[in-house]
Amino acid sequence: MFRKKFFILPVILVLIMAMLSVSAGCAQQKGDVQGKAPEARDETEKAASEIKIGIVTFLSGPASSPFGIPGRNAAEILVEHLNNGKGLPPYNKVGIGGKRIKPIFIDEAGGAEKQVAEFRRLVLDEKVDLVIGYISSADALAVAPIANELKKLLVVYDAGTNQLFEENDYKYVFRTAGHQILDSVGAARYVLESNPNLKTIAGINQDYAWGHDCWNAFRDAILALKPDVEVVTELFPKLYAGDYSTEISTLLSKKPDVIHTSLWGGDMEGFYLQSAARGLNKVSQLIFTAGDTILPRLRADVSPGIVILARGPHGALGPKHELDNWFTSIYTDRFGLRPVYPSYHMAQAILGVKAAYEKAMAAKNGEWPTTEEVIKAFEYLEFDTPSGVIKMAIGKGHQAVEPVNVGITGEFDKSTGECKLEKVKKYPSELVNPPDGVKSRDWIAKGLKTP
Amino acid sequence: MNNILVIMADGVLFASWLFLVAVGLTLIYGVMRILNIAHGSLYTIGAYTGAVFVIAYCQKSNWLPGSYLVLLGAAILAGLILGTIMERGVLRWFYGKEVVLQLLSTYAIFLILEDVYKLVFGVKPYYAYKPLLGAGNFIIGGVNYPRYYLILFFMAVLAGILLWLFINKTRFGKLVLAVIHDPEISLAMGIKIDRVYIVAFSLGAILAALGGAFTAPMIAVVPGLAVEVIVISFAVVIIGGLGSFVGAGLGALIVGLVRSFAVHYVPALELFTVYFVMAAVLLIRPQGLFPTKEVRKI
Repeated sequence: MFRKKFFILPVILVLIMAMLSVSAGCAQQKGDVQGKAPEARDETEKAASEIKIGIVTFLSGPASSPFGIPGRNAAEILVEHLNNGKGLPPYNKVGIGGKRIKPIFIDEAGGAEKQVAEFRRLVLDEKVDLVIGYISSADALAVAPIANELKKLLVVYDAGTNQLFEENDYKYVFRTAGHQILDSVGAARYVLESNPNLKTIAGINQDYAWGHDCWNAFRDAILALKPDVEVVTELFPKLYAGDYSTEISTLLSKKPDVIHTSLWGGDMEGFYLQSAARGLNKVSQLIFTAGDTILPRLRADVSPGIVILARGPHGALGPKHELDNWFTSIYTDRFGLRPVYPSYHMAQAILGVKAAYEKAMAAKNGEWPTTEEVIKAFEYLEFDTPSGVIKMAIGKGHQAVEPVNVGITGEFDKSTGECKLEKVKKYPSELVNPPDGVKSRDWIAKGLKTP
Repeated sequence: MNNILVIMADGVLFASWLFLVAVGLTLIYGVMRILNIAHGSLYTIGAYTGAVFVIAYCQKSNWLPGSYLVLLGAAILAGLILGTIMERGVLRWFYGKEVVLQLLSTYAIFLILEDVYKLVFGVKPYYAYKPLLGAGNFIIGGVNYPRYYLILFFMAVLAGILLWLFINKTRFGKLVLAVIHDPEISLAMGIKIDRVYIVAFSLGAILAALGGAFTAPMIAVVPGLAVEVIVISFAVVIIGGLGSFVGAGLGALIVGLVRSFAVHYVPALELFTVYFVMAAVLLIRPQGLFPTKEVRKI
């Protein structure tokens, strides 16, 4: 009797899971059937009127919620509006150059080797026209040479490493968002302007390339601009550590004037909550370089006095203009939350691709361009986005520069459901990005001089 | 002097969290001889259930002690239900089978549950921080700590004491000890081993879920929590000796203190120090500091 009772539970669970798998399989099959036209001619016509774009972003794992899903959401809503010709000028032509966009979403989870295999599959099996993707710098660095090898256009939309174009030339690769140097240098400039008597700094960043690169750039920028500043501690908890109590005790003991962190997602929120409970923000000035995503999530519970960046002029720190209002409203209406910076980065990638294709078409009297012609049009392109004008100004025209806006949290604003950002300073792109052809490391070491 | 106090406090507080999670793992191994890789999934269900219940509670009530009771209740409920399903549904078919099969089966459960959690709870984070932020603070060595950490500490101490009393002072605990000592003889003597296994596994599951539930107010509860927890828990039980409750306590304390010293003085070596201690213990005492006695059969 006892055994029977307990046997029923797992059987029910397995049945439910089987039903879920079957229904998911049916949905997949249904999608496939709907996607196929009855005649091969229709198929060919349809393919000719479509541009297939592989969109790679985190759909599972810890990076999905703060970055991957907001990026995917932005792609979904933009593709839908562009395909219906409902974009704002200059993006009101259907799809891209009149061809409807067919997105193929791929999960970025699984590591760089898996992404290399997925990229090859997208190009060779799915026959995509181009790929937009990658949040992880490791994935972007691994896939870029493959894009060159397969001669397929790749637009990196969010990954922050500055190594992508500083260490290599990739003809077929573009990045439509600024790299991490702009956050680090923007934060350093803001801190020194707000506190010219700065004496001590500390950092808490994740123990992998992103965390180390961001901290090194911030620390070196501070020391280049004010060499007498002392670094009191450099903490590198492992990725997804969750518990930061010991690190917070160390920071409370050392009492630095400023604490820099590039933590993101659940790590950033965990660190914020634990530090807020211990009053760390009352002892030191906290700087969250990826802090924009925390504002709509923790709402009234974000303390005043925290320096926030958004990896460019996005979200609460973005310029308020027609294109941004439109993007924010269509996104918020669909998903219930405002877009955060990964959503803006995705918008930059999609609109950048559209602008490049349509510029190349204009040069060919409306004919569909080759990949080489799109590349030529993309290099040094300037195009409008919800975050303002993006300039493909460095990395031989393959790397975007953006200005960066920095603000400090104030009182809660009921009308927006977020803390107000006060004392906002705007740093133009030439103040926070190295000039074309100069490596970030050298630019910072030589005192961040503008041309 | 102040700094030493702070380091000790950090070490002990981290150790209490570690003990809560690791003692369940060692209990399950001690009784059933199963290395449960899905232990992290039990921690995760505790975190999710605790967060969901506390968020709902805090929308209706501001009485803070009530939120701790909600966390406790959520952990017991989640651990009991999922633990029983795991033991009766999967693990009991692997008793007496090769260790590799047992490991693979628990690994499979871990992978399945990771996706089940995404289906049930989605990928959005859950924030249940009211019990943490509302509890007030205390000072050790000039450094501010939330009182909530004390609750975690007392929870670990209480769990340790209750577990010891249960095992050593109750009739059922004696049966558990007999099964740990020799399952075959226990069966021959008329002990219902199945029942001992269910109780031991559920108890281990509840302890893991308790760790998760009481951690939930300090973090954003997101998918992927299980991996970090299981890795460090294994380090603790290996240092202490697989199957030893005292070992789990001592292992947690060693890991907590070593990590705390490293973060304060040589932060670059934080991870290295924890696993260096584990490697050193394995070199000197491969069975851990408090190994369970193996019965030699002739």
